Amino acid sequence: MLIDPEVLDRVIDHALRNGGEFAEVFAEDRTSMSAVLDDRKVEELVTGTSRGAGVRVISGETTGYAHTADLSESGLMKAAEVASAASRNGSEQGHIRQVALEEAVASNPSIVHVDPSEVAKSRKIDLLARADDAARAGRDPITQVSASYGESKRAILVASSGGRLVEDDQVRTRFSVSCIALGDGGMQTGYETAARTTGFELFDDVEVEDLAAKAATRAVTKLSARPAPSGELTVVLASGGGGVLFHEACGHGLEADHIAKDSSVYVGKVGEQVAGSLVTLVDDGTLGGEWGSYGIDDEGNLPGRNVLIENGVLGDYMWDVERGRKAGRNSSGNGRRQSYRHLPMVRMTNTFILPGQDDPDEIVAQTPYGIFVAQLGGGQVNITTGDFVFGMTEAYLIEDGKITAPLRDANLIGNGPEVLMRIDAVANDFGVMPGTCGKDGQSVPVGCGQPTLRIQGVTVGGTAG
Amino acid sequence: MEGDLLDIAKRVAGMAQRGEQVEAYVSRNVSTEVRAYNGELEHLVSASSDGVGIRVIAGERQGFAYTGYLSDDSIAVTLAQARENAVFATADASVSMAEPDGIAAVEMDLLDSGLDSVSTEAKVDLALELERSARHGHRQIRQVDSADYADVISQEAVANSEGIAAYSEHSYCEVSVSVIAGEGSQSQSGSGFSVARGFDGLDLEKAAGDAVHRAVRLLGAGKPATAGYTVVFDPRVTATLLSVVSTALSGEAVTKGRSFLAGRVGEQVMVAGALVVDDPTDARALSADSYDAEGLASRRIVLVEDGRLLGYVYDSTSGARAGHASTGSAVRSGFASTPVAACRAVVLSAGGSSGTDGNVQVSNSGPGGVASGGVARGDHFGAVTSARNSGTVGGDLGDRKPGQNGTSGYGAGEIISAVGDGVYVQSVTGMHSGVNPVSGDFSVGVEGLMIRGGELAEPIREATVASTLQRMLLSIVGIGSDVEWLPANAAGQTIAISGMMLSGN
Repeated sequence: MLIDPEVLDRVIDHALRNGGEFAEVFAEDRTSMSAVLDDRKVEELVTGTSRGAGVRVISGETTGYAHTADLSESGLMKAAEVASAASRNGSEQGHIRQVALEEAVASNPSIVHVDPSEVAKSRKIDLLARADDAARAGRDPITQVSASYGESKRAILVASSGGRLVEDDQVRTRFSVSCIALGDGGMQTGYETAARTTGFELFDDVEVEDLAAKAATRAVTKLSARPAPSGELTVVLASGGGGVLFHEACGHGLEADHIAKDSSVYVGKVGEQVAGSLVTLVDDGTLGGEWGSYGIDDEGNLPGRNVLIENGVLGDYMWDVERGRKAGRNSSGNGRRQSYRHLPMVRMTNTFILPGQDDPDEIVAQTPYGIFVAQLGGGQVNITTGDFVFGMTEAYLIEDGKITAPLRDANLIGNGPEVLMRIDAVANDFGVMPGTCGKDGQSVPVGCGQPTLRIQGVTVGGTAG
Repeated sequence: MEGDLLDIAKRVAGMAQRGEQVEAYVSRNVSTEVRAYNGELEHLVSASSDGVGIRVIAGERQGFAYTGYLSDDSIAVTLAQARENAVFATADASVSMAEPDGIAAVEMDLLDSGLDSVSTEAKVDLALELERSARHGHRQIRQVDSADYADVISQEAVANSEGIAAYSEHSYCEVSVSVIAGEGSQSQSGSGFSVARGFDGLDLEKAAGDAVHRAVRLLGAGKPATAGYTVVFDPRVTATLLSVVSTALSGEAVTKGRSFLAGRVGEQVMVAGALVVDDPTDARALSADSYDAEGLASRRIVLVEDGRLLGYVYDSTSGARAGHASTGSAVRSGFASTPVAACRAVVLSAGGSSGTDGNVQVSNSGPGGVASGGVARGDHFGAVTSARNSGTVGGDLGDRKPGQNGTSGYGAGEIISAVGDGVYVQSVTGMHSGVNPVSGDFSVGVEGLMIRGGELAEPIREATVASTLQRMLLSIVGIGSDVEWLPANAAGQTIAISGMMLSGN
C-alpha cells in the first residue's frame, strides 16, 4: 500500500479539523516509458517516475485542495492543513467524525498478461523499426515516418472520510505511427494508433506493420485529394472512426458539473427525446482493455455502464462525488483527474453509440451525394450552444451511392442537439477508438466508439464551392 | 532558492563520466488557483511541484529520464535510467547539448516579488469580485460559469557538463471569467481574462467587460450562408494562428520535412511588408526569459522580413542537423520533456523594417496571383491610412484599449471599416483538429459577426472558415497595431485575410 492506513486515518482526521463534510486522500505512483523513432533513427527513450498525494476537503460550497510529493506523515499532514484552510470560508462549521477506514476491493476490468516494464527495451525498439520499414515499403511518396511506443503504470489509492479505502493498478500500452507523403501538390499526413489498458500482449493482437500501412496509405491517398466541399451535406461516419463526434456533440454536455452550472444545452432534458430513436448512447468504464476503462475512478468509486440516452430519450447525466452529493445521489464512477496534482471532476470513460440494424454498405449505397468520413481527428465543443467541430483526417466524396474521390483535411461543424436528431441510419457494425480528452486544463485517456451511421445535414468546412 | 535548484542541476551535470555529456533541467512551480461561483468560493487549490529531467549523450546516442521526486536516491536512479536509455538509441552525430556561445543573457525582471506576500484571502476576494462584476455586467448575463484567479511562481535551472549553468524565475497571474448570456431560448458564452506578472497588474474590469461583451453580442447568432469573404481575426485568434504557423518555423519540423515552410528561405511567404520576430528578450511577452531551456541566452530572431522568409529557430540538436548554430530557441513543456526547437515570443507587425513595431498597415502588394477571389473590397485595403482614431467603427477592441500598446491606433475599427464586407471572427474552435502545419490545410469553427458596410453586423455561429496557411499568409490585407500580449508563445492583434471560404448553410 502506498500509505499506511493508520496514517491515512490521522491525515483525514486532521483535514477535517476546521470543519467540512468530506475529506479525501488521493495518492498516485506513476512510472512510464516511451520510445520514439523519427527520421529513421531511434531518437528518444524516456523513462519517468512521479509520485505524490493530494488532500481534498469539501465544506459547504467550497473545496480546498493541496498536494505534496512527500508521502511521509508530516508531508501529508502539511497538505491536509493547507487544504482545510479553505473550509473556514465554507458555510458549515464543526468537525464531523469520520467513519473508520475499511479497505474495499476493486477489480480492474482490464487484465494485464505481460507487464510491459518487464519486457526488454530492445523488443520495443524492434517494434519501432518494423513500423518504419512497413510504412516506407513500396510507397515512394513517403518521406517521413515517426513511430512511437509508450507504456505507463499508475497505482492509485483513495481514502475518504466516508470510510472507503481502495486501490487500483492501471496499465496502459500504446503504439502510434504518423507518416508524411510528398506529391506534386505538397505534403499530406496520415496517422494510426493502437492503445489499450493492457500489457505488452497488445502486440499479440495488433501488428505494428498493419498500423504503419494504414497510416502511410492514408497520407499517400490524400496526395490526390481534392479540397473538401463547403456547406451542409449528408455525412456517413465509418464505424469507430467517428466516435469523437458523440464525445463532443453530447458527451461533454451530459457531464453533471455543466448541468449543475446551467451551462449545458441538456439541462432539464431528462426524459425528453434529445436524439433520433436509433440512438442509444452509453458511457462504460467497465470494458476490459478499452482506453478509458479502470478499476476505480480517481475518487475511489467503481465505474459503471451508464446508459445516457436510450432510443433517443435522455436517461441520465454523468456524476462525480461532489456533483452527486449536491444532487443527493451517488457518483456514477466518472470522477477523474489527470494526476495527484489535480482536483477530480466529471469525465467520460468509453463513450459510444450502440449498433443498430442497417448494413453499413447499404447506408453508403443509399446516399446519393455526401461525404464518407473514415477517420476523425480531434474535436471541440461549446457546451453552452452545443456547437461542435471535429476534424476529418480521412474522408471521401460519396457520389451516386459510391465512395469516390479522397478529400483534404477539414473541420466539420454541427450543433449537438440538432445533429443527434438528424441521424437516420445506424449500422450493425461497431468500433472504438482511443483518444485523449482535455477539459479545464486536464487530460485523461478516453475511448470513443460508434457503428457506421449517417447524419443528414452537417456543415463541411472545406474551401470548394 | 536559486542556490537550491542550480546546485542540484550543477551537481548532476558534474556526474558526467568520461566520454559522456550530462544535462540536468530542474524546475519548481508554486501555484494557487481560486474559483468563485455564485458568490462563494468554489475551490482553492494550493500546489507546488518540482522535478528534474536528465539527458545523457554518450557515443552519439541520447537518453533521457525524469523524476518528480528530488531526493538524492531518486536522482541517482534517474541518471542511471538516462544512461541505460542512451544505449538503445540510434547513433546520431547531430544529437547535442548547448555549449556556451559567448552571447550574454539579457537581464529582465520577470518576477514580481510582491506576489509572494499577497494573502490567500486577497486572491479569493479578487475572484469573488470578478464573479460579481461579470454577473452584473449586463442585464442579459444569465450565469457566470466560472470566475478564476490563478498565479504561479516558477523557477528553472539548467546545467550541463559543457559549462552551461543558467537560472531564471518568473511570476504570472491571471484572472479569467466565462459567462453565459441569454435572450429567449438562446444562450451564448463569452470569456475574458487579464494577465500580468504581479497581482496589482490585473485588470478585473477588462476581464469581466470582455467576457460580457463577447457573450452578449453573439445573442441572436444564426448560421450564415456559404460564401467567400475577407476575414478579420480578433487578437486572441491571431495569436493562436501565429502560434500554429510558428510550429512550421521550428528547426525540428523543418529538418525533418514536417513543415509547409521547409526549404523556402529567401522566398516570399507572407504579404510584402509583414515582419515576424521571435523575441523572448522582450519583457512584455509573458513567455520572456533570459535563457532558453538548454541554458543559452535568449535572443531576438527575425523570421520574416518584408514578407520574405529569413530562417528558422533552432535548438542545439536541430541546429546541428541543419548545420546552423542554436538560436537559443529550446523549449520544454516541463522537466519531463526533452528540449525541442520552437518559437517563444512571436510578434507580427507591418513595419517592413525590423527595427521597431512600426505603424501598421500592409499594402496588398504581394507577389502576383495572391488569392483574393470572391472578396469584396479586400484589395482596396492597402490604401487605408493609419492616422485615424481607434474605435470609430464597431466599438470593438480598439475602443477599450486605446494607447495600451504605445502605438497610435490602427485597430479593429479601422480594419473593419476598410474591409467593408466580410466576417469578424471573435473565437475559433478546432485549431488542433482542423489545421495541419504540414500540409497547410486550414479549417476552423468560428463565432463572430458579419461585417457589412464597414461595420459589425449580425452575429453568426455554427460556421467554419477555411483556406490554406500558405494562401492566408500571402493574403493578409491588414495588420492592426492593437497588439495584445497573451499567455501564449505569440502575441496577437487584429488582422484581416482575404479570400477565405465561410461555410454555413
